[in-house]
Amino acid sequence: MTTTWEDLVTSALLGTDRRAPADDVLARSPGKDAPVALLDAAALHTVRRRAGLLPGPAAGLPEPAPHDGRPPLPDAARRRLAHLLADRSGTSSGGGRRGSAPDLTELLPQWLAAANAHDYRAPASVLPALLDAARARTDLRPAALVFAGPLGLWLARLNPEWRFALRGTPGGTALPEPADPDAVRRLWEEGLFAERVALLGAVRAHDPDAAAALLASTWPSERAEDRLMFLDSLRTGLSDADEPFLEEALSDRSRNVRSTAAELLSALPRSAFARRMAERASTCVHLDRTVAEATITVEAPHECDAGMQRDGVLPDPPTGRGERSWWLGQLVEAAPLAVWTARLGARTATEIVALPVADDWADELHAAWCRAAVRQRDPAWARALLGPPTTPPATGPGTSSLAERSKLLSILPDGERALWVADFIAAHGLSEAFQLLGVCEVPWAEPLGRAVVDALDIARDAGSYPWSFSGVMGLAERCLDPGQADRLEVLTAVPDEPEGASPGAGGYWSEAFQRLVATLRLRAAMRAELLPVASPPDPLD
Amino acid sequence: MNQQGVRWTAEQVLALAPDDASRRAGAKLGTAGPWSGGGSDGSGAVWGLCKGSGSKPYRTIVDTAGPAYSCSCPSRKFPCKHALGLLLLWSAGGEAVPDAGVPDWAEPWLAGRRARATGGRGPGADGGGPARSGDPEAARRRAEQRAARITAGAEELEQRLADLLRGGLAAADRSGYGLWEETAARMVDAQAPGLAGRVRDLGAIPGSGPGWPVRLLEECALTHLLDRAWLDIDRLPDPLAATVRTRVGLTASADGPAVRDHWSVLAQYDTPDGKLTTRRVWLHGRNSGRTALLLSFGAAGRAPALALPVGTVVDAEVRPYPGAGRLRGELGEQFSPPVPDTAHPPGGDVAGALAAYGTALREDPWLDAWPVTLTGVIPVPSPGGGWQLADADGGSALPVTAAALGGPGLWRLAAVSGGRPVTVFGECGHRGFTPLTAWSPETPETVPLT
Repeated sequence: MTTTWEDLVTSALLGTDRRAPADDVLARSPGKDAPVALLDAAALHTVRRRAGLLPGPAAGLPEPAPHDGRPPLPDAARRRLAHLLADRSGTSSGGGRRGSAPDLTELLPQWLAAANAHDYRAPASVLPALLDAARARTDLRPAALVFAGPLGLWLARLNPEWRFALRGTPGGTALPEPADPDAVRRLWEEGLFAERVALLGAVRAHDPDAAAALLASTWPSERAEDRLMFLDSLRTGLSDADEPFLEEALSDRSRNVRSTAAELLSALPRSAFARRMAERASTCVHLDRTVAEATITVEAPHECDAGMQRDGVLPDPPTGRGERSWWLGQLVEAAPLAVWTARLGARTATEIVALPVADDWADELHAAWCRAAVRQRDPAWARALLGPPTTPPATGPGTSSLAERSKLLSILPDGERALWVADFIAAHGLSEAFQLLGVCEVPWAEPLGRAVVDALDIARDAGSYPWSFSGVMGLAERCLDPGQADRLEVLTAVPDEPEGASPGAGGYWSEAFQRLVATLRLRAAMRAELLPVASPPDPLD
Repeated sequence: MNQQGVRWTAEQVLALAPDDASRRAGAKLGTAGPWSGGGSDGSGAVWGLCKGSGSKPYRTIVDTAGPAYSCSCPSRKFPCKHALGLLLLWSAGGEAVPDAGVPDWAEPWLAGRRARATGGRGPGADGGGPARSGDPEAARRRAEQRAARITAGAEELEQRLADLLRGGLAAADRSGYGLWEETAARMVDAQAPGLAGRVRDLGAIPGSGPGWPVRLLEECALTHLLDRAWLDIDRLPDPLAATVRTRVGLTASADGPAVRDHWSVLAQYDTPDGKLTTRRVWLHGRNSGRTALLLSFGAAGRAPALALPVGTVVDAEVRPYPGAGRLRGELGEQFSPPVPDTAHPPGGDVAGALAAYGTALREDPWLDAWPVTLTGVIPVPSPGGGWQLADADGGSALPVTAAALGGPGLWRLAAVSGGRPVTVFGECGHRGFTPLTAWSPETPETVPLT
């Protein structure tokens, strides 16, 4: 009988005094103590076991990731991406002073957008770092997941930390042909929620009626939060054809679904809903011609009847607001703006906004018109409510809220929006410009870029510290046209300190402008690196 | 050779950083902003002026063939953030570091290095040079004295192991780490650092989770085997005796015949161990087919001096050390700077990898792992939460070592594979397979997993 490894372990665990090794162990090491003989035998066993190791059976092989047909990144762009991702962990330790080197993390969203515009495939080796980055920053997720493509999704299934990728944008899931009804039906009934939303969007783009039928087929059995999301996805490509479905949804079980349906309907000025709202709203607003200057008078609704409630008007105001003005706001917001021209003496939007309003209803009425302009994406009204950019924000017509102004701005065409903000900055400086700049198209149009740089230059000459403008500086780094770098070079010199300036400010400004110029150069380089290589030198592909 | 082609990648540069803080600081400086007067020449020299907080910019010079660094900043980190930033800038291939002639301020340092490189290899290229050659009689006497001390240490260790086995390993769990620490200190006194290291490792096993008695018995038995081998070293054949001397901790010098070859740099990784960082660089000789391991050590706060970018090939001489399967080598003269290389070494299936490890144990039974290249394997998550590398036919598989699980490298491997066969270089041993580098037919990249 030969001693097994288990016997040796037992003997070693208990000690040879208590459990002596078997005779054959002792016989093989003649003249040695039991512990030594045990060690001899264990050494032999160990080396023999290691030398004779055999592979084990494989677990089931995974389904390979779907093929990604997009072209690979040019080499320089691949290195740049690795670089941007490597810097990711570093920025939190930056502290107050930002130094003269660009903030690479902030460039990642731009890089991803540009790479996606070229429709490049993400290099496999960066996917883990990319998914980690997207996990930490939700704003990166849509672009990162599109870039990561089917391989990224495949990988995310294996790591619970990347589960967000399966919920979020269905980056690159292979959707069936919208014209293939069987495949569409199968995915619609069996797919993940994100896949179904994407499917609905694809079918809708291809054939709106088929999409409506698809949605109606399972509508009653969907969960309330899913109904809300599906409804929300109709925002893209909303048209009069959607009216019957939305009208139906006005009597949904869920209040959120009802109010979203009402909101969508109010963006369709030709709908029956819009007509109902127009009727209700116009009974509340009149033009008083009896006084010297034509004036708007407001008679807010006295009750919120069942019909209004069915059309999504919420009867209970938030605390601190009167219920009648709350109802009025909702009616005006949902009524088509065209109704006011007819109602108020064939005036244009600008003329209407300029009319005086009796009894302090002006703020309420203008705020509701702002919401309506945003909802109905009406540039004429947006322009009227914004007023000329040179008017001081607090005194103009329309709204003085920066959040509402930036929403209104986003309705204007790109060029007009940039000009408006440029004139605003020229007139009022940078202190209130941050939110407005955020809605301007990147890269900034030339007049806007010049206005921002001039304003920064003025702020420097005024002797303040650059970190008072760090928000705008950061935006400028990301949004200025990279072609401006050379023109800005002169600003990087350390100026003579003017009388009364904050001590040392000149040096900090120079540093801030250096970072601005360096970031612009870097962005230009990034953009150039992403240009497709003329002849792919890669023999393996 | 195209200049652009010689440039390293950002990952390769960042691998040089001595710590995370330097890596971040270096990455911040890796943009054109603070730099001026930068340039590089065809032979691997890179230089630039970096604007710091002072009035005069720092002068930073790197010789990438070394690599070696020189910077006028006062940082004690090595390489400093300026050197890292400069290399990043260079690796990005922008116009901030164009091809240029060496400026006057960089010339003396570079010329000094070149002169040393051509006029015979620099002294102590890789730490611990051989003892001063003095009186050979005295040297022999010193060696005998040390051997006698080691013998006394080995006998004491034998005694302790026997006591341990007599009382039972279960007691070792209770006696805690102190006993082992004390024994390790005795082995240091006995000038047997190899034995001291093994004893320290033994002390960590009782706390290493389920199955520890088996592992402890295995390692005790192998330590016993090493003791016995040392005590009877006169009766061992020469190669095995050399292995035993190396394992016990006697330093030998690389005395084998130098092998000149085009060495592919397969992997580079650091293991921090208290005050010392050990860097391992795996090379594969294209013509000789040999695999070589270069070791380099760095004290706290310093990256080990040796750095060869993974995914390059360098024409150089490697001189093997005696013993332990003659894997370890010393890098001799380099005849070219490292140039990019996408080829992978020839490899085999998982059964072949284990067989290679088994064969290597014949020459060195204390080996924990052996360098192998697996071709046509697929990384597979296994039901227990671990990972495997499976042959593409789905028959056999090797487990991935616990140490490699959970690191970013494993996810990179999974991503590069995408469920399709890849080639993987790594270390295969009784604990499983540690993947170090991967190649996929889908991409031309060499992907480091460390």
